[in-house]
Amino acid sequence: MKKKAWYDYLWIVTPVYFALGLFNILFAWVGMIFFSVPLLLAIFGGNKVYCNRYCDRGQFFTLLGKRMKLSANRPTPKWMGSKWFRYAFLIFFFAMFFQMLWMTFLVGAGSQSLREAVQLFWSFRVPWQWANPHLDVAAWVVQFSYGFYSMMLTSTLIGLIVMVLFQPRSWCVFCPMGTMTQLICKWKSGKAVPVCAGCNGGGCHGAITGTGKRSGRDDGAAGK
Amino acid sequence: MRAFASVIQDRCVACGSCAKVCPLGAISVWRGVTAVVDMGRCVGCSKCKQECPAGAISMEKRGETV
Repeated sequence: MKKKAWYDYLWIVTPVYFALGLFNILFAWVGMIFFSVPLLLAIFGGNKVYCNRYCDRGQFFTLLGKRMKLSANRPTPKWMGSKWFRYAFLIFFFAMFFQMLWMTFLVGAGSQSLREAVQLFWSFRVPWQWANPHLDVAAWVVQFSYGFYSMMLTSTLIGLIVMVLFQPRSWCVFCPMGTMTQLICKWKSGKAVPVCAGCNGGGCHGAITGTGKRSGRDDGAAGK
Repeated sequence: MRAFASVIQDRCVACGSCAKVCPLGAISVWRGVTAVVDMGRCVGCSKCKQECPAGAISMEKRGETV
């Protein structure tokens, strides 16, 4: 059995984050880490190491779905992993993000009053006024917290639903951050052809195929 | 004839779930774009296929013609 590394325990971040937001909504700002770190790693590192190793949410779903057996473990529907759905969800998610930023701006400008509520699934307003600590901070800071927490909670709930219905990490298939970082990585790698570690740049396409109809090569002598 | 795992690149979301469960470390994520299987190490246990949320892994038989 593989020895666990420190990052294998990052799943704890997800429940702690939502628990903190129950008491003090300003903790929602911590979620900016989950937004910026994957992007920075993709832009400067050209990899998805955040998804592969550090994603607390992915680990949390694995824990619930696999170890606690809360997942039906059915195959994720193909349309969920299709390009049009992934990109459409990414666009929708960012449209909602910018709408949230616009709301924050309006509250900051004084043309809208602070809404002490969490909006679930971008539609249902749930009163959350107890979590406003009434500290000496600008209203837009609190509004952003509510908006960001709503987004995080909504996406986690969607992830939990697909985790129960399909596979533990079905959310990863259309996760907007995952889609975006993969796009960045694709752009960064240009026209380079993927090779496996064993072939070490030798032009191996053996275990990769574009369509799933047929693998590129297997002469039984792979591995060299 | 032993099988090996093959990644369907169009479907792979490079989440790394397959690499995590591979008992022989035969899968890695290439530059955040796609998972790749080292056929020399793969023993065709299909753990990666069961784990992949995107259905991006198929099992293929060794020795099949291209």
